Amino acid sequence: MEIDINRLDLEFQAKIDSGKTIEPKDWMPEKYRKTHIRQISQHAHSEIVGMLPEGNWITRAPSLRRKVTLLAKVQDEGGHGLYLYSACETLGISRDELFEQLHSGKAKYSSIFNYPAVTWADMGAVGWLVDGAAIMNQVMLTRTSFGPYARAMVRICKEESFHQRQGFEIMLSLCKGTAVQKHMAQESLNRWWWPSLMMFGPRDEESTHTEQAIKWKIKLKTNDELRQQFVDQTVPQIELLGLELPDPAIKWNEERGHYDFGAIDWDEFWRVVGGNGPCNRERLSARKEAWEKGAWVREAALSYAEKQESLREAV
Amino acid sequence: MTMKKEWPVWEVFIRSRSGLDHRHAGSVHAADAKMALENARDVYTRRQEGVSIWVVPSASITASDPEEGGELFEPAKDKVYRHPTFYDLPDELTHM
Repeated sequence: MEIDINRLDLEFQAKIDSGKTIEPKDWMPEKYRKTHIRQISQHAHSEIVGMLPEGNWITRAPSLRRKVTLLAKVQDEGGHGLYLYSACETLGISRDELFEQLHSGKAKYSSIFNYPAVTWADMGAVGWLVDGAAIMNQVMLTRTSFGPYARAMVRICKEESFHQRQGFEIMLSLCKGTAVQKHMAQESLNRWWWPSLMMFGPRDEESTHTEQAIKWKIKLKTNDELRQQFVDQTVPQIELLGLELPDPAIKWNEERGHYDFGAIDWDEFWRVVGGNGPCNRERLSARKEAWEKGAWVREAALSYAEKQESLREAV
Repeated sequence: MTMKKEWPVWEVFIRSRSGLDHRHAGSVHAADAKMALENARDVYTRRQEGVSIWVVPSASITASDPEEGGELFEPAKDKVYRHPTFYDLPDELTHM
């Protein structure tokens, strides 16, 4: 039996190495299944919780154009959460179990959403920086080994590009506006910069999952590689906006061919991951409240469907 | 945890434009077929990705077992004579 599992494991790895995708009904190591449930559900929860800070600004958008855009973006996030929940359920976990894991704190979501969106400029900075960072991760995941996850990512990446562009457009308008508006943009950039860099996760030497994740093609680049790529692509964009760099240590390093940047406050990172960021409790209680207050709708719809079905059968 | 009954899962198939086949897009949860169609519309066609949607209860789908892939599909492997390129014909031959 032991030998049999080893053989299956080897065949499984060979399949991944040869670039074949793994589909839900294929044999897979239990750890592969568990890791994917953890990662895909965490990703789905991030989309759903991510609707909260922006949903907060829909009624206060400064123009109809901004309002329809923001509404469409938040709807997309709901949709992205649903694609991902569906992909996750193919691994044999139910939607209710997934929600239960979110509500109990067993499952995590991206820490970035535990920061508050306090000004309109934050709608710009979130789209530009937070979605920008997310896209880098997601583009990589379109080539991941698990089929349903990769396919959900392709769809998400296609839709997400507008999220980042609309964010940059908001920043651009503010930067071309009055001194007060430009200051609002600068202040927002300063606040979101570090949490955005933290989105890529702990440093490579402290990342416990990286090696296995690369073997299974859940990750094709390490946290630090993606973080550097993000800094490199974002610094020229900050300059284009005419804003000041949010970190005085940012400097082009000719030798490395990359921008150097300052040290990240990892204590803050672990504090927020551990549940003690500015909005952790607020976000989770909003999700729980939505779930509990929606219970009667779920039950009523199901009773109605069952009743209709029994009426049809009686005819 | 009170585990209520979940809304069933429906597989969603979308015809992206007239003349093409319906293709599997993903799945949704819904209490009944009508709601499944509406949810599929909201989740999978926010950017005009479709002109027609099918929804099928996931439980109604019978799928082949990947373990039996060999028995099912390998018999077709050595039947190259089912392909036009198997037949050796002169280059001068046209309209064929």
